[in-house]
Amino acid sequence: MTETIVNFILFSMLVITAFAIVRQDRLFTVVMLASVFSLLTAMLFIALDAVDVAFTEAAVGAGISTVLMLGTIALTARGAKPASRPQTLPLLVVLVTGAGLVYGTLDMPNFGDPNAPASVHLSPHYLTNSIEEIDVPNVVTSILASYRGFDTLGETAVVFAAGIGVLMILSGLRHRRRKDEEEEEDA
Amino acid sequence: MKEHHLILRVVTKSLVGTIILFAFYVQFHGDFSPGGGFQAGVIMAVAFILYGIVFGLHEVQRVLPAWVVHKLVALGVLVYAGTGIWNMFLGYEFLHYGSFTPDHMSHGQHSGILYVEAGVGITVTGVMVAIYYAFAGRTPRLGNDDW
Repeated sequence: MTETIVNFILFSMLVITAFAIVRQDRLFTVVMLASVFSLLTAMLFIALDAVDVAFTEAAVGAGISTVLMLGTIALTARGAKPASRPQTLPLLVVLVTGAGLVYGTLDMPNFGDPNAPASVHLSPHYLTNSIEEIDVPNVVTSILASYRGFDTLGETAVVFAAGIGVLMILSGLRHRRRKDEEEEEDA
Repeated sequence: MKEHHLILRVVTKSLVGTIILFAFYVQFHGDFSPGGGFQAGVIMAVAFILYGIVFGLHEVQRVLPAWVVHKLVALGVLVYAGTGIWNMFLGYEFLHYGSFTPDHMSHGQHSGILYVEAGVGITVTGVMVAIYYAFAGRTPRLGNDDW
């Protein structure tokens, strides 16, 4: 009962935050509200007993991305442009996509369903054997780093590639600009 | 910037050490409690980013120069993949941590998890700080009222 109330409150605050984000046109406020949104999501993950995910969401979503978004605002513009065209078509697209997504979830097993495919085959193996095979109390760690070591190597490589990509885009521009200036000076 | 934000600067100086300590706790206590390389890397990066925001990019780059950060980005992936290749040299499959101590497989798992989580942490710290440097290095300094 308590959990239902907590979930209800968190979800309503999430929706209110989302509407507040849409209504705002000062980007600084939008970024701060997005950080609040992430924090609320992290709390929802805690309510679902997924503390590791909540930890990541709070650190990355509410912490780092806020800083990076502020950095982006500082480089670009402080306010959103007022909409010039009527917003009916975008609204329609969003509503149809949302309805499609909700329709898609109808086929999914209920939350906590013991007969769900995911909790019939692999999960019981991990939960019963990980202490014997890995001997690490936190099963999330033993799945992430050992059973699923290949996936995590891939994830690390993705983080690496994303970082290198951002660096190349941002530093490449500076190089080009400097080269342009030099060419202008020559001419 | 030097003359104001006194409270922010004092609080930041006392917080940065605690944040780094917490990052190490999350990194090495991940076997027993929530957390691991990803979270620890982000927290570690936050310590440097916070220092950079309050004291300026130049000050933080005296502690952690950009070229070191760029090396860290690659080093983490190398540590992770290197662990796997080391396992292969010991005669087992790629990332089969049990090969570190063949007569007691779960001990090897412990060290393997330690190494790969360290790799993840190094890369995540490097990438986060590097992206922050890349953004902050291009930003003209903003006054308080510009936002």
